[in-house]
Amino acid sequence: MGAVGWIVLGVIVLLVIIVIVMYNRLVRLRNRIDAAWSQIDVQLKRRYDLIPNLVETVRGYASHERETFEQVTRARQQAVDARGIEDQAQAENFLTQTLRSLFAVAEAYPQLQANQNFLALQEELTGTEGRIAFSRQFYNEQVLAYDNSIEVFPTNVLAGAFGFKERAYFEAETASREPVKVDFSNPPPEAGGAGAAGPPAGPPAS
Amino acid sequence: MYERISSNVRKSWLLIGAFVVFVVLIGSVFGYMTQFGFWGPAIALVIALLMVWGSYFNSDRIALSASRAKPAEGARYNQLHNIVEGLSIAAGIPKPRVYVIEDTAPNAFATGRNPEHAAVAVTTGLLAKMNRDELEGVMAHELSHIQNRDTLVMTLAVTLVGVIVLLADWMIRAMWWGGMTGGRGRDRGGGPGGLIAIFGIVLLFVAPLVAQLLQFAISRQREFLADADAVNFTRYPDGLISALRKLQEDQTVVRTASRATAHLWIESPIPHQAARGPKGATKQGAWLNRMFETHPPLEMRIEALQKSGLGGAFGPTRPAAEPTRPAAGEPPPPPPSMG
Repeated sequence: MGAVGWIVLGVIVLLVIIVIVMYNRLVRLRNRIDAAWSQIDVQLKRRYDLIPNLVETVRGYASHERETFEQVTRARQQAVDARGIEDQAQAENFLTQTLRSLFAVAEAYPQLQANQNFLALQEELTGTEGRIAFSRQFYNEQVLAYDNSIEVFPTNVLAGAFGFKERAYFEAETASREPVKVDFSNPPPEAGGAGAAGPPAGPPAS
Repeated sequence: MYERISSNVRKSWLLIGAFVVFVVLIGSVFGYMTQFGFWGPAIALVIALLMVWGSYFNSDRIALSASRAKPAEGARYNQLHNIVEGLSIAAGIPKPRVYVIEDTAPNAFATGRNPEHAAVAVTTGLLAKMNRDELEGVMAHELSHIQNRDTLVMTLAVTLVGVIVLLADWMIRAMWWGGMTGGRGRDRGGGPGGLIAIFGIVLLFVAPLVAQLLQFAISRQREFLADADAVNFTRYPDGLISALRKLQEDQTVVRTASRATAHLWIESPIPHQAARGPKGATKQGAWLNRMFETHPPLEMRIEALQKSGLGGAFGPTRPAAEPTRPAAGEPPPPPPSMG
């Protein structure tokens, strides 16, 4: 093989290496998105776990505020049972609103405000809200990095060839941008009932 | 916000690049002027590495024990832990160990050779004086240091300073003992050899100072970057701005800090000298002192944050409060001697 042959071979090898490196990078970025999505779920579950304790602590001081407790408990159950991104987002919003009512009620009881357990729970909830927000933010950053990579040249050529598709951001649902009216007069359809249930919502694909 | 981050990163690389070029320059002058040639700079690098990198590997333990930090345990630190945990989720790094320092001066630092071995420490004074948003801003700044591997960057800078100081030192000794081939031009007249020799002599006296200035410039640049990245995590510049304002108004200084660890804290723990000097200070004097600061002035940091494009609610900068203590301070720190 002459010199030209060696050069051609070298160029081909270089191109193959480049393709491998770019492909692997896209795979890693995509996997980060899935990991970030699961992380959001972890934080949401933490929030659900905190709520029964909170309700019990407040109930100890304000046992006649039954309606508020029932609202919170039901909203929590809805959120736990929610399937599908839209359902989950809506349920989360209900839950946030009921929690606000609960804290508003708690403000009328000074002994409760001094209760260490209550204060600790309040701080935990604030921390959890923060963690949920941060994990959503982190998720969006991974999507941004990934979308950037598959759209810039020259990686977009590769992305198209190997079927890497854009991913969607976690967006506040339009419904959730308006203040939600908490209304339990008409119970929403059972989400966890027969037939409607499916596997937990995965990250939005596109 | 993204532009600010990338411009800060670019400036960091430029400074480090300039530093490396400077080291190579000194190395070549050294090689030309002594008979050690290439081996001089190589050995200097190895020695500097050995001296500095032991402390780099144990940077977390050293910094924490030097400041008498204790692990933050107990229910009253729940808020601190929650904040740090939330921010490490936003940063995508493991949650660092959290420590507390008994000191009324508000300050905080981050340390550790990489995000997996990192730690943050906060003074009780900071916890008392900051509200939740401000504390979040400060911790975001510290976590940015960890994410950006600033201990690594500053260790690199300090190593390069060490190399230059060693080389300059050796060249002086070599000259003293007459081991130079560049010659003093006695036998060669005023030829190019003599000119380079003079250039070399000037350079070797100036080099350690230039190296130090570069190191401090890098430190200041990384502080700006940490501020910008902190806003990237919290998306709320007002928190950090408010915290910096409070730091500006507080004159107390952390007791256990030293010059060696100064760059790790959010606010320089060394009392500023002529940065906000007496009205009689010459502009030159003030500038030179500012060049030795590890942190940019708080005014500049606040201004940079307000321009980050996320709508700070604090508006244009207020005029800084008049310094309440006499500004006659200690003389500028002497360059560190190594070997």
